[in-house]
Amino acid sequence: MVNQKKILEINELETSFFSDDGKIAAVDHVNFDLHEGEILAIVGESGCGKSVTSLSIMGLVPSPPGKITNGEILLQGKDISKFSEKEMRKIRGNDIAMIFQEPMTSLNPLFTIGNQISEAILIHNKSWSKKQVRERAVEMLRLVGLPRAEELLNEYPHQLSGGMRQRVMIAMALVCNPKVLIADEPTTALDVTIQAQILKLIRELNDKFNTAVLMITHDLGVVAETCQRVIVMYAGQVVEEATVQEIFKNPKHPYTKGLIQSVPDMRYKKESLYSIPGNVPKPGSVKVGCRFAQRCEFATDRCLTENPALYELSSSHKSRCFLVEEEGGSVNGKESLVESK
Amino acid sequence: MLNYIGKRVLQLIPVLLGMSFIVFLIIRAIPGNPAQVILGQKATQESIAALEEKLGLNNPWYVQYFDYLKGLFTGDLGESLRTSQPISSEIWPYLAATIELAVFAMIIAIIVGVNAGIISAWFQNSWFDYVAMVIALIGVSMPIFWLGLIEQWVFSLNLDWLPTSGREDVRNPISPITNFYLIDTLIQGRFDQFGIVIKHLILPGVALATIPTAIIARMTRSSMLEVMRSDYVRTARAKGQKMFLVVYKHALKNALIPVLTVIGLQTGLLLGGAILTETIFSWPGIGRYIYEAIGYRDYTVIQSGILVVAFIFVMINLIVDLLYTVIDKRIKYS
Repeated sequence: MVNQKKILEINELETSFFSDDGKIAAVDHVNFDLHEGEILAIVGESGCGKSVTSLSIMGLVPSPPGKITNGEILLQGKDISKFSEKEMRKIRGNDIAMIFQEPMTSLNPLFTIGNQISEAILIHNKSWSKKQVRERAVEMLRLVGLPRAEELLNEYPHQLSGGMRQRVMIAMALVCNPKVLIADEPTTALDVTIQAQILKLIRELNDKFNTAVLMITHDLGVVAETCQRVIVMYAGQVVEEATVQEIFKNPKHPYTKGLIQSVPDMRYKKESLYSIPGNVPKPGSVKVGCRFAQRCEFATDRCLTENPALYELSSSHKSRCFLVEEEGGSVNGKESLVESK
Repeated sequence: MLNYIGKRVLQLIPVLLGMSFIVFLIIRAIPGNPAQVILGQKATQESIAALEEKLGLNNPWYVQYFDYLKGLFTGDLGESLRTSQPISSEIWPYLAATIELAVFAMIIAIIVGVNAGIISAWFQNSWFDYVAMVIALIGVSMPIFWLGLIEQWVFSLNLDWLPTSGREDVRNPISPITNFYLIDTLIQGRFDQFGIVIKHLILPGVALATIPTAIIARMTRSSMLEVMRSDYVRTARAKGQKMFLVVYKHALKNALIPVLTVIGLQTGLLLGGAILTETIFSWPGIGRYIYEAIGYRDYTVIQSGILVVAFIFVMINLIVDLLYTVIDKRIKYS
């Protein structure tokens, strides 16, 4: 994995929202890489900044009030965070595509499936003939496992089930062979059986086309099933980064541990399911100390006064916790910038 | 679908019947007597009685009403008490004048209103949004007769750009074919007259368009604001679509239904003949036709004229309901 080419590099990304109270960073100096052909998960509770991270990559942060205020987003070495809207339009749908949480509302109800897929093709392939476009649309619909592809082109979204619509969304996202697919909670709104089918489809397509997938989710089941590496985000920061095996076997950050503990386990009959006490702090509300300290059972005085850095345990495992430092985690490279901030 | 249209048209019958009955009674409750008005102040009691007898005004009201209904069911709107002309032929030039003006005004209102609403929603809280919405607020609250007078004062009297009133140049009259003067002048190849007709339409058209423009702009804005936040708009942007097309293709079509509803209602109101505007601009429309008939106590013209206006109003609403299905395939009537 490490030897593979980096397709997307996020360096020190900070995305802020401006309000009457001033600047609030929803994504706070986030670093991660996405390699060619891998499936990387970003996990966290609602409001931890995972969706804003993905919208920042797409250049779709609602502006105003949102804005990328620091850092770089390198797509194959080019910093797309500095791109103009016109340049970004060429990237969206073509190099980076995105599917969303709500298949029921993500397709335009007043246009046919054919019209919406053709649009995605034509935006980036203006010279294609009608026939070419149609053939490509049918090919994509078949590829995502939809029967009656030809007829579907003339149907409207309301005639399709949620699972079928998500398949259409995936077909539409992949129609221009993007290098990166951002899937923002693609299965949250679906039935469990359909969830499994959609995840399987994403895995298959990832395998087939070598498209890198950034899977945004709060569901550790999804992570275990589909991803190779995981980034855990909390209150706008990356708190842990590891391979899937390491995350489940040897989670280092207390927040990650809490998340894993709060997944129901069929093997044990428990009185009640574990949940992490408290709520995610409002962005910008924790000024000093570890952002998780208020909810952490291991918190010490140091956690309340000092900002932990992202300590490296091995080349593939990092954690933002003083406990890791005590275990011998080191700070190197760009991560040390965070502490000095 | 045809079934549905048939059903809706059948439903119109009781509506129009009820309407005709109420109008019939109300106009007879107005003090005054058509025979007296026709014959003048100095007419003798005998001649008035004779004319009343001739016009059938002596019959009990229910006999008069059923005579009227009998005529309606055979497509006869009756004769004017004053001119003795059949109303169905007399009314058309007035109706055509009103339709021409209303369509002209609505075209202005739709183009300006819809675009102002879209741009306001697209650039919410920008200076354009603020200015447009303040103008729209002034627009809905503007007394139209006053606006009409100001228009005439500025553009006719002071600047002398446009005629003050009427539909045509009286020294260069138009020979009517359809009574839609824009169409008639084109059929006859009289482009000079076509220009004159347009000039006559501008001032009353703008005055009449003011309120609909403002209402359409406000409705479009609020409808667009809701749609612009929807997921499929984000999807369209994520595909790399240009913002212009995202707004005008994806968002607008979804925002259109409430806008279409107000367009339908406003068109219906304008086609009813805006009496004030038609009076100020001496526009020979249906509003003035009925208004003058009231002065003459011309019962038959009043009741039939109002019936025609009501019929147009409900038909426009039916057309709007049918247009919904064209925009949104999820809407189905059965």
